[in-house]
Amino acid sequence: MLVLAAGIVAVGAEWVTGNASLIVSAVMLVAVVTIIWTAFVGGLDTRRALAPYGLLKPGILWLSLFFLAPLWSMLQMSLSSKQNRFDFFPSFSWEWGNYTTAFSDYGAQFGRSFLYAAIATLFTLLIGYPLAYVIAFRGGKYKAVLLGLVAVPFFTSYLIRTLAWQNLLADSGPVMSVFNATGFTTVLEALGIITNGQIMNTPASVIGGLTYNFLPFMILPIYVSLEKIDVRLVDAAMDLYSSASAAFRRVVLPLSLPGVFAGSLLVFIPAAGDFVNAQFLGSPNTTMIGNVIQDQFLRQLNFPVASAMSFVLMAIITVSVLIYAKIMGTDDLV
Amino acid sequence: MDNQEAVIALHNVRKQYGSFVAVHEANFSIGRGEFFALLGPSGCGKTTTLKMIAGFEQPTDGQVFLEGVNVSEVPPHKRNVNTVFQQYALFPHMTVFDNVAFGPRSKKIQETEVVRRVTEMLDIVRLGEFANRRPSQLSGGQQQRVALARALVNYPSALLLDEPLAALDLKLREAMQIELKRIQREVGITFVFVTHDQGEALTMSDRIAVMSEGHVEQIGSSADIYSRPESLFVAGFIGSANLLPGTVVSSDGSGIRVDLVGGTQVVVPVGNSASNVSLAAGAQVTVVLRPEHVHFDPQGQVSVSVTDSVYQGSSVRIVGRMENGTEVSAIVGVEPGVRAPLPGETTLMTWHPEIPYLLAGWPEMAGSTSTNVDSIEASL
Repeated sequence: MLVLAAGIVAVGAEWVTGNASLIVSAVMLVAVVTIIWTAFVGGLDTRRALAPYGLLKPGILWLSLFFLAPLWSMLQMSLSSKQNRFDFFPSFSWEWGNYTTAFSDYGAQFGRSFLYAAIATLFTLLIGYPLAYVIAFRGGKYKAVLLGLVAVPFFTSYLIRTLAWQNLLADSGPVMSVFNATGFTTVLEALGIITNGQIMNTPASVIGGLTYNFLPFMILPIYVSLEKIDVRLVDAAMDLYSSASAAFRRVVLPLSLPGVFAGSLLVFIPAAGDFVNAQFLGSPNTTMIGNVIQDQFLRQLNFPVASAMSFVLMAIITVSVLIYAKIMGTDDLV
Repeated sequence: MDNQEAVIALHNVRKQYGSFVAVHEANFSIGRGEFFALLGPSGCGKTTTLKMIAGFEQPTDGQVFLEGVNVSEVPPHKRNVNTVFQQYALFPHMTVFDNVAFGPRSKKIQETEVVRRVTEMLDIVRLGEFANRRPSQLSGGQQQRVALARALVNYPSALLLDEPLAALDLKLREAMQIELKRIQREVGITFVFVTHDQGEALTMSDRIAVMSEGHVEQIGSSADIYSRPESLFVAGFIGSANLLPGTVVSSDGSGIRVDLVGGTQVVVPVGNSASNVSLAAGAQVTVVLRPEHVHFDPQGQVSVSVTDSVYQGSSVRIVGRMENGTEVSAIVGVEPGVRAPLPGETTLMTWHPEIPYLLAGWPEMAGSTSTNVDSIEASL
C-alpha cells in the first residue's frame, strides 16, 4: 500500500520521469497484483487480515493523487528558482530565499490574516452559540426549519453574497444611512471602526464579511453537540443545588466544547486563507495573505514565492490548531 | 403519620395539564427514615407526584411541605431533596468523584470537607476504587450506585428515586433491592421510591401508596395492601387475584353470606372486608380469592373445568372456568403424591374459611384480572 502511495506521488510529482517512471509503475502494478493474489490464494484469516487494506485502497489512491502529489510538487516549487531570466518554469534549486521573502515582504499580511480570522472566529462563536442553543433546546417542531434557514445562504454563490455586502455597506447604502440618521456614525468613528464616514474598505467590513460568510460553519457543529446533550443532565444539576446559569456553566458548556472546537476550526482555517472578503470589502490596507498568494500565483506568476507562502500559511495554521487542541483538551472530552 | 415527624407532607396536591388531571388531591405524609413507595401503572401520576416533591413541577393546587415548610413554589436547587433519575443522568464529562462532589461543590462547601464526604459516600456504595473512572466505563449497577452516592452525599431530607432499577436486568435488580435497603438503613434518610414493579415495592418498602389514574387508591404496609386491599384496582394490581362478583344475602356474627353470580354461595368471615363495603342484603360486592389460597379437593364447594395447567417449577398454575363462565386461577404446590388436575378435567375448588375477602362493587370484567392480557396492557 505504501509502495503504491509513494509511487503515485513520485510519478504524479514528475519526480521520476522517463524510463524511471515506467519502472515505478511496474513496481506499483506488482504490488497491486501481489495483494490481490494473496487474497485469492490465502485462507480466510489472510483475507480477513487484508480486508482493511482493501477498504483503504480507494481513500489512499484518492489522497495520493489529489493531496500528496500536489503537495509534494508545491514543496518542490517552493524551493525552486529561475536559473536564467528566459526560463518560463523555475527549477528545483534548494532556494530557501523564497521563504525569507515570504516572511520579510509579507509579514504584515500574515499577521493581519490571523488577527482577522481570530476576531471573525470569536464573533461567529458569540453569534452562533446562542443561536445553536435556541435551535437545539427551544426549537421544538421548528428545529428542521430553523436549521434549514441557517443553510439557506448557501443557495447563493459565495462571491455573489460577498458582492451583495458591497451594496449593503456602500456609503449611500442602507447600513450607512441608518448609522448616519441615528448619529451612530460618530460613535463608531470615535471607536475607530469607521473611517472618513465609510464602513466599506475598513478592517470592520472585512471582518464582518468573514463573520457573515463563515457563520453557518460555527452554528452547525455546535448545534450537533448541543443536540446530543440529555436535558435530564440539566435537571440533575439543578437538583444538585445548581442555579440555571451554574448548570449551563458546569454541564452544558463543557459538553458542547467539542462542537465549539470543530466550529472554530471550520471557521478559522478557511478564514485565515480567505481572499474574497478582503478583495471585495477591503482596501489595500486590509490585504490578507490569501490575496498575496493569489496575486503571486495568478498575476505575478511567481510560483516559488507563492508556494513558499502557502507552506508557511499551512504550517502556522497547523501549529495554532495543535496549540488550540492542547488548550481545549478535546481528546479528554466524551 | 404524626405531622411533627413528617419529612414530606402533601396537602390536597393537584396537578393539571390543560384539561388532563395528572394527580387528583393527593394527601399523605412520609415519616423520617421511612422507605416509601409510590406504586402504580405508567401514567398513574406517580412520577408527576415525585417531580412535585423534587420541585421540577409546581402543583396546580395544594401545598407540598418539606420539614414542615411550604415549598410549593421553591425551585429544585433550593430544596433539600435529591433525586436519583431513571437513566441516572450522570455527568458524562466528569469522573465518578466529580459527579459525587457536584452537589457539595454547588453548595460551596470547603474542598477538604467535600473530599471527606465524597470518599465516605463512595465507600458506602462500595465504589471507592472507581473514583477516577468515567461513568461510561462503569456497568449499569455501578452507575446506579454512583447516582445514589451523588444524591446521598448532600445529606438530603429525603431521597427521591424515579424507577431507579428499571434499566437493570433481573438478577442485578434483585441484588440492588437488597443493596438499596442496606444503604437506606445505613444512612437513615427517607427514601421515596417510584416504581411500577409491585414485587420491588412489596419487598423494599415500609409503606406503599398505590396510585391509579391520578388517585391515591390506598396507603399501607406491604401486608396491608396485599391482604386487605381497599379497592378492586389494588386487589387486581398487587399480585394476582380471583375477583368473583356477587350480592350480599345476609350478614350476622357467623359471617357474611354472598351469592356469587351463577349461583354458588360463599361465606366471608366478619371483618374480612374493605372499609367501604355495604353489608346490606342485595349490595353488589366482589369476593377476592388469591390463587395461592385455592385448592382442589373432592369435598370442594365450587365446580371448575380446567382449561390450562402451567408448570412453574415449585408450583403449578391451574386456570379454569366456573360453571357461570368466570375465569379463576389457582397456584398449587408441587408435592409428591398430589396430582394436579389436568386440562379438560372438571374438579372441585375449595379454600380455607378464613380466606375470602370482600370488596365493594363489581369488577368490569369478571374473573381473574391478572391473567387477562388486554386488561393488563390497558393498565400499563
